[in-house]
Amino acid sequence: MNKTVNKTTSDPVDKPIIEIIKMHKWYGDFHVLSDINLKVQPKERIVICGPSGSGKSTLIRCINRLEEHQRGQIIVNGTELTNDIKNIEKVRMEVGMVFQHFNLFPHLSILENLTVGPIWVRKTPKKEAEEIAMMYLEKVHIAEQAKKFPGQLSGGQQQRVAIARSLCMHPQVMLFDEPTSALDPEMIKEVLDVMIDLAEEGMTMIVVTHEMGFAKSVADRVMFMDEGQIVEENNPHDFFDNPQHDRTKLFLSQILG
Amino acid sequence: MNISPHLSPRSGISAGWLRSNLFNNWYNSLLTIIILLLIWQLVPPFFSWAFINSLWNSPAVDCRDIDGACWSIIPQNIDFIFFGFFPEDQQWRPGLAMFLLLGLVFYSKDRNHWKKSLFVYWAINLVVMGTLMYGGVFGMPVVETAQWSGLPLTFMLALFGMVAGYPVGVLLVLGRKSRMPAIKTLCVVYIEMIRGVPLISLLFMSSVMFPLFLPEGVTFDKVLRAQAAIILFTAAYIAEVVRGGLQAMPRGQFEAADSLGLNYSQSMRLIILPQALKIVIPPSVGILLSAFKDTSLVVIIALYDVLKTTKVTLSNPKWANYSTEAYLFLALLYFVCCYSMSSYSRKLEKDLHTGH
Repeated sequence: MNKTVNKTTSDPVDKPIIEIIKMHKWYGDFHVLSDINLKVQPKERIVICGPSGSGKSTLIRCINRLEEHQRGQIIVNGTELTNDIKNIEKVRMEVGMVFQHFNLFPHLSILENLTVGPIWVRKTPKKEAEEIAMMYLEKVHIAEQAKKFPGQLSGGQQQRVAIARSLCMHPQVMLFDEPTSALDPEMIKEVLDVMIDLAEEGMTMIVVTHEMGFAKSVADRVMFMDEGQIVEENNPHDFFDNPQHDRTKLFLSQILG
Repeated sequence: MNISPHLSPRSGISAGWLRSNLFNNWYNSLLTIIILLLIWQLVPPFFSWAFINSLWNSPAVDCRDIDGACWSIIPQNIDFIFFGFFPEDQQWRPGLAMFLLLGLVFYSKDRNHWKKSLFVYWAINLVVMGTLMYGGVFGMPVVETAQWSGLPLTFMLALFGMVAGYPVGVLLVLGRKSRMPAIKTLCVVYIEMIRGVPLISLLFMSSVMFPLFLPEGVTFDKVLRAQAAIILFTAAYIAEVVRGGLQAMPRGQFEAADSLGLNYSQSMRLIILPQALKIVIPPSVGILLSAFKDTSLVVIIALYDVLKTTKVTLSNPKWANYSTEAYLFLALLYFVCCYSMSSYSRKLEKDLHTGH
């Protein structure tokens, strides 16, 4: 990574923006997440890595209720996630998500993709929503494509639009579910650069990724998950140079070669 | 493709084109020869029957002397074929009603007009059409619905059937997918029961059985019953087709809409349904075309749509021999309507294609 990013210096006694307490989740009989405990401070950048099937995507999807947890508590920005739809919608307004496969709305133009959230959820007037959208499109360096449709853009461009779309809702937290895994190598850098800019501006981020360079230079904490449990978490320096558990060591040797 | 070097295909029908498209191997050549023979046998006699030896607008007696088609049956009976039992001097009313209805259909074709106001226009048109046909105000004598017949009846039943059946169908499928067990069961039972019976039996039941359950003296207008039956029937089939479209939607679309904070009705209305309905335009149009043609079944409840009025014309001994001409005309009428709908749907698909 070419850029060096200032690490967070938030006081650990700050009220956490996300709190997960003794969370468990099952798919039928399969125990996909066990005893997850996590506190995320504002402006913190967390990278979660692990082998596939370890539950890392499931974990972040529980944070915005795309998945339901069966036991334990998840509290986002002071609101606890339960079956109450009002709470769920309140949380979703503050939590933005970027998906591995972008999930842009193909029947809407790029500009419309960005304004649909603010107009209908935050009740922003159309003109103001479009101004906000153009501002974020410029931020991700894709303003000239505003009138095009997602099908006409490359993968890297689509993912940047997806990031801008989430940012238009002014979320407190951004979740990234393997944002570069579906991209060609040449396009990965343009997306990671956008994410680094975001981190520098102080966005709280939880990123599931295999991009270890990103983790080393941006993350405040790196977490390793395996078989539904958080096996190890540490600051990047100690995590990569001095892994404690055997499973972590095995995974790192496989991914870093 | 074996193309001889001298006879390379050029644009237009040249020897090379013939060779490579119609005679490129032995079974295609055989097929071409058979079809050419069939065309030779059938087309010239038909042409001379239909166009050369035919009469177009003459009294019935003259038709007995000719060898060809007696198209006169149509112009001579046009009032009855088009308007049925509607009183002759009042036939301007259904004529105007049909004109307004078709005008609204043309207006609705333009997607820029697809706003909330369009629903209002259709509702107003329903009222205006009903008033024109029924009368009783502005000095127009009352014409009972039993006398409404011919083309206005066909168009009314078909068009309002389609325009109302489609949204009801969409509501049904959303109900079927609902997590509330009462609504879900109700919708499933409704859809399966309607799909389990032919439309003709629904019409029959609506006309004969339904009145038995109504209190003494309360009657439901016959045309209204037929209209309701067609709407309910179409809705059930549309529901299943749209269900297929919803199932084809990638889960990521639902998740992206949810993660933005859109609620159920917003994500359905803005994100999911526009895409799902577009996917199922081809089968939906098939259902709507069937609904259009199924209006001819109302004959079972003694309503005279355009098919029946044409048939009645044939029961007149003067014209009884010319059923071929009458049914060919009717086929042409149905074809023009259905083909317009189907070519519009293709244009709609093309317009909505956003390159993905």
